[in-house]
Amino acid sequence: MNLWNDPINFVANWLRGLLTSRGLANGFATVILFFIGIVVLILFAMLLDIFLVWVERKVVARFQDRLGPNRIGPFGLIQPFADIIKLVIKEDITPAGADKLIYNMAPVLAMASVILLWAILPLASKIYGVDLNVAVLYLVAAGALGTLSIIMAGWASNNKYALLGAFRMVANMISYEVPMVVTLLIPTILANTMSVKGITDAQSSVWFVVLSPLGMLIFLISAIAELGRAPFDLNEAESEIVAGFHIEYSGMKFGLFYAGELLHAFTFGGFVAMLYFGGYGVFGLEKFVPVLQAPLVAAVIFLGKAMVGYWVIMWVKYSMPRIRIDHMLAFNWKFLTPLSLVILVVTALASKLLSGSPTWLAALVMFLTNVVIAWLTIEILRGVGRRQRRLEQSLASPASPLARHGSE
Amino acid sequence: MTPEQIIFLISAALILASAMMVVITRNLIHAALWLVSALFGVAVLFAILNASFLAVVQVVVYIGAIAILFIFAVMLTRKEMRDRGSQTRSSWWLPALLGVLILAGLIFLIFGQPAVNRTAPAIPAGVDPLRLLGSALVSPDGYVLPFEAASVLLLSALVGAVYVAIGRKS
Amino acid sequence: MSIPLSWYLVLAAALFCIGLFGVLSRKNAIAILLGIELMLNAVNINLVAFWRYLDPTRMAGQAFAIIVFAAAAAEVAVGLALIISVYRRHNTILADEINLMKW
Repeated sequence: MNLWNDPINFVANWLRGLLTSRGLANGFATVILFFIGIVVLILFAMLLDIFLVWVERKVVARFQDRLGPNRIGPFGLIQPFADIIKLVIKEDITPAGADKLIYNMAPVLAMASVILLWAILPLASKIYGVDLNVAVLYLVAAGALGTLSIIMAGWASNNKYALLGAFRMVANMISYEVPMVVTLLIPTILANTMSVKGITDAQSSVWFVVLSPLGMLIFLISAIAELGRAPFDLNEAESEIVAGFHIEYSGMKFGLFYAGELLHAFTFGGFVAMLYFGGYGVFGLEKFVPVLQAPLVAAVIFLGKAMVGYWVIMWVKYSMPRIRIDHMLAFNWKFLTPLSLVILVVTALASKLLSGSPTWLAALVMFLTNVVIAWLTIEILRGVGRRQRRLEQSLASPASPLARHGSE
Repeated sequence: MTPEQIIFLISAALILASAMMVVITRNLIHAALWLVSALFGVAVLFAILNASFLAVVQVVVYIGAIAILFIFAVMLTRKEMRDRGSQTRSSWWLPALLGVLILAGLIFLIFGQPAVNRTAPAIPAGVDPLRLLGSALVSPDGYVLPFEAASVLLLSALVGAVYVAIGRKS
Repeated sequence: MSIPLSWYLVLAAALFCIGLFGVLSRKNAIAILLGIELMLNAVNINLVAFWRYLDPTRMAGQAFAIIVFAAAAAEVAVGLALIISVYRRHNTILADEINLMKW
């Protein structure tokens, strides 16, 4: 192995040789290497986060037909550093009556729940944190920690708007976990394993987005709702509930919430890329173009796909109006959950029945089943809409002049 | 002192300290958050024991659902924001004595067993506990009956909780 | 693994006794439920430790632990719904004051 083919193991072995030659036991050398690896991973995630602040502001500016920050540094690249300096030197206000320990722990826990996800994100086949065999469930678990941090923030702020915002946000997040888990099961079934490397390797012939486009769409929608980004951001919108659960946070604590949200969005873009769009692979082209097998090139490919996913999430955010909280929950429980369960059952059946057939046939049949389900769903929705319109028309025209006359 | 033993001792200390804080502290929200910390320690313990699925399910189910339910219930059932007075009965020494006696009895029983200080056998290579668990939960000579009974239990709990909490529309 | 089985069993016993103390000595009904959760976790630690140390290829221990998860979740959901309902009627959740059925 050398630095190009296997960078992490190369550096780890070199460091281990360095440590054990000084007389350290092998077990402790392993623990120290793990700590160094964790620090490097967190550093990479946080540096990426700084870059994402710049990306977000430039992209939102272009969507809104303006330029964005372009004064500080070339193309405004130093702008995030100016933001960081501003946030750090702001006054740290703790509201009176706030529960100090919980108040200070909440932003840390929110950021931690995002960085925990980077442990399983596979940047290349040889660059990843750990190859858990339950990685898909780990994704759900890290989301659960994020939910806890929001309740802590809302409660400890001693502010009824913060508490209301936290309640709404938590109701939102735990509701949208259901379709998210169900659509996370679809790549698991198709790849026959819960480990992210296994799922990425199983997409070497055909991407899962071809086998289950509806699953990808529902996962994207539930991920956007989990993140609390628009159009599902009623819980922290400034015009609705005065910024929700992070009203009372100022300075770098708010910076942790804000940067954590951006990193969370990018990480979920990475997960969409990994689960449905092939991750670091380019559907089998690596066999023909050996340079694509190198870990660093694969990492660049993966980060590129994750950036495209993040751009789609930003596109949705800056193009759509906000959804009301009861519409949000009704959309989840009455539409997304039944639809995702139907897709799961159909995908499982289809993949089992087609397990012996050639890949192109299986891909075609499963794509067609998704098209059929989508068409059926649209027909059902049209029927429901037609009935609703007929009901409203019958209530509107003949009855109301009599009603108005009767009430006077 | 291998690193695994150090990790076990740290997580055991975390679990026991958090559990003590759960049953002693006056502020109920703090008690619920200490419970979260204890449950996280138990998840770490499951991970050390190679039960990776259980470790992650512990975080998802206990911390992500049950602890949040507790926090919501505490928030919804208080007359004012602070807890007044002591939260333990005046005769708390009796349960404490009972706890200590039961602990002594259990430890006596534990160390009376043969080979209780054994170390774990290695998991045979090529055996994936996750796959074995999956097939055990759905195979007819496995545990499919308790599995289905548990899902019926969860359905009845869902219906029952909604019915009890929804109140009368009178 | 260099950790003896007895360490896990003693830890589970201690956690169980702390939970027992919590159940028997707290006034608030929700705090009693917190103690019950601690006891269920102690049982889970025991089950998984025995699964790992006796025969890791037989799945009885882990399957039992999963059923305990499901039962605990169901019990907490229904228990908290009941407590909230009692709070709405009688405006109290102290276990001593919910005594309408006492003779």
